[in-house]
Amino acid sequence: MQIQFKLYASLGEYLPAGAFQNAIDIDVDTNVSLNGLMDLYSVPRELAHLVLVNGVFQCDADRNQPMLKDGDVVAIWPPVAGG
Amino acid sequence: MAWTKKVLRVNLTEGTCIGEPLNMEWADQYLGQRGLATRYMCEEVDPTCDALSSENKMIMATGPLTGTMASTGGRYSVICKSPLTGAIACSNSGGFIGAELKNAGWDMIIFEGKSPDPVYLHLENEKAELLPAGELWGKSVWEADEMLHKIHQDPQMRIAAVGRAAEEGCLYSAIINDLHRAAGRSGVGTVMASKNLKAVCVRGTRGVGNIKDPARFMKSTAEQKQVLAENAVTGQGLPTYGTQVLMNVINELGALPTRNMQEVKFEGAHNISGEAMLEPRASDGKANLTTNAGCFACTIACGRISTIDQTHFSVENKPQYWGNSGGLEYEAAWAMGTDTGVDDLDAVTYVNFLCNEDGIDPITFGATVAAAMEMFKDGDLTTEHTGGVELEFGSAKALAWAAEVTCRGEGFGRDLGLGSRRLCEKYGRPELSMTVKSQEFPAYDPRGIQGMGLAYATSNRGACHLRGYTVASEVLGIPEKTDPLVTEGKAGLVKAFQDATAAVDSAGLCVFTTFAWSLENIAPQIDAACEGDWSVDKLAEIGERIWNLERDFNNKAGMTSADDTLPQRLLTEPANTGPAEGKVCGLDEMLPEYYELRGWTTEGELTDDVRGKFNLPV
Repeated sequence: MQIQFKLYASLGEYLPAGAFQNAIDIDVDTNVSLNGLMDLYSVPRELAHLVLVNGVFQCDADRNQPMLKDGDVVAIWPPVAGG
Repeated sequence: MAWTKKVLRVNLTEGTCIGEPLNMEWADQYLGQRGLATRYMCEEVDPTCDALSSENKMIMATGPLTGTMASTGGRYSVICKSPLTGAIACSNSGGFIGAELKNAGWDMIIFEGKSPDPVYLHLENEKAELLPAGELWGKSVWEADEMLHKIHQDPQMRIAAVGRAAEEGCLYSAIINDLHRAAGRSGVGTVMASKNLKAVCVRGTRGVGNIKDPARFMKSTAEQKQVLAENAVTGQGLPTYGTQVLMNVINELGALPTRNMQEVKFEGAHNISGEAMLEPRASDGKANLTTNAGCFACTIACGRISTIDQTHFSVENKPQYWGNSGGLEYEAAWAMGTDTGVDDLDAVTYVNFLCNEDGIDPITFGATVAAAMEMFKDGDLTTEHTGGVELEFGSAKALAWAAEVTCRGEGFGRDLGLGSRRLCEKYGRPELSMTVKSQEFPAYDPRGIQGMGLAYATSNRGACHLRGYTVASEVLGIPEKTDPLVTEGKAGLVKAFQDATAAVDSAGLCVFTTFAWSLENIAPQIDAACEGDWSVDKLAEIGERIWNLERDFNNKAGMTSADDTLPQRLLTEPANTGPAEGKVCGLDEMLPEYYELRGWTTEGELTDDVRGKFNLPV
């Protein structure tokens, strides 16, 4: 299945070639977990603070289970803040 | 230093500058800066007065940690009654002038009355004098700053000034200090100009003193700086990306108010984001962002210093804008970019420069332009009103024009200077003003971040993110993650953020420290610096006292629970996409519980019990 994978702020350096505006469409196995996805691209799990799937936050406990479906948007940030 | 225990009272009507002792009984109850100055306001100013009359006063106030080695201890606030909202105004700024004022030996300056002619205050340690500002009147902040430095031949003199917008009566004029730091919101600059006060120049060489326990203070501040350095947000995220890192976060979350809050996601968000500010541009290979920058004593340094592409239409024949200046913060980029549908980074940076050059609040300005653009789309405004300009969503040229005429008070810019509430009423579309208590929203849609709806509705200075930033919890997980889409528990969350922030704002510290610090980290620093015992519980009590005092001022000014509401758009028009799709803000599910937690009546009035508990003035 295909998903859109987005890495922001300092995690942007882990995006593969071909990414545009911090995003890239990738093909992944249907049973991939969020942590598995991060491992595929060498994204340090400890830096993945804010993990959104289609804009909804995913807590640590949910990141080991297969939960993605075709067309999902996964976006990940390290610890950031503003205001 | 902790308190200098001295207040400078400047009577502009009489032309006098007289020192007096700080009320230390109030300092013990209100700490400093925001809280203490509000206590003075409640004592000395009739809340029902015309904000632009000589009856109003304007206080520039520092906190006890301003000017010390405590990290971020460079803050000051401007407190007065707001001409935009009619509520208490308190606008907080960084830079260096707050610390300079403290080093000159003063905790605060109270400006009262109105000068018959334009003047500026020149303050050098204990020597204070009002000097003629005739030649400065009609100049921008940047021009006035340069002229004043030449006049006094002192490059280290710090200056806060108002620009042409304030002189022309723009109701959301800011006071700009150190060229690009701003006491930005609620029209405090308009009040300053209404008193014929153009600038405040400060030079202080008295140094730091009056610390209760210097050795303990040094140890405590060093320990807490280490906490900031080791925290991923304050040690790495904010210095590298600034507040602008939020543009993509809030957009992905589906809570980015777009085109006057008609939508919750912006297709052009990336183009004006913190990430985009770091990307080399085609023309010269340079990034928009030149460097980060810190205010006095700050060890975070989230500030942005940027340049505009010299070939960009906005500046191609204006070399005065080719240099570095204060760059985009998230709220400004949102208001002037996302909310107007403009995704041109250089255009938004240019307009941000103008906001600093002539002193206007970029949030209210951008949101007002957005409201005007919606009225233009609907035909309520036409090119006859704008002098031929097509005021369309997404038009960078229209945005640049709007900033130029607003900053100078020219033509339709005078209408834009009214703010969106008055503008929309004037043209028959009051429902298009996205405001609370006549102040425009910042960059978080309360349909997608429910707690912010309550924070906006109950903010004592009108819609504002800095009075109760529940985004920290609801989005960023600080101090713990809560679900942004639910209303349960948000009344308590909002109250906790509001009270803690009031204490931080009264200490002389920056609220951004609270991404790493809690009151547990702040109390030891205050306790080492200030006479008396300063525990976490005492700071929490002070924060709640300040919140109630501000509320009391507003109630006496005529505000009621009817003012604790949101625009109908946010209460009746559901979000059109994202996680909040189909949701409106559930304000009515949160507000009654909030009043109850505050101990107020169901009408939002303070009770005798609350007055007694916090020893509030009658």
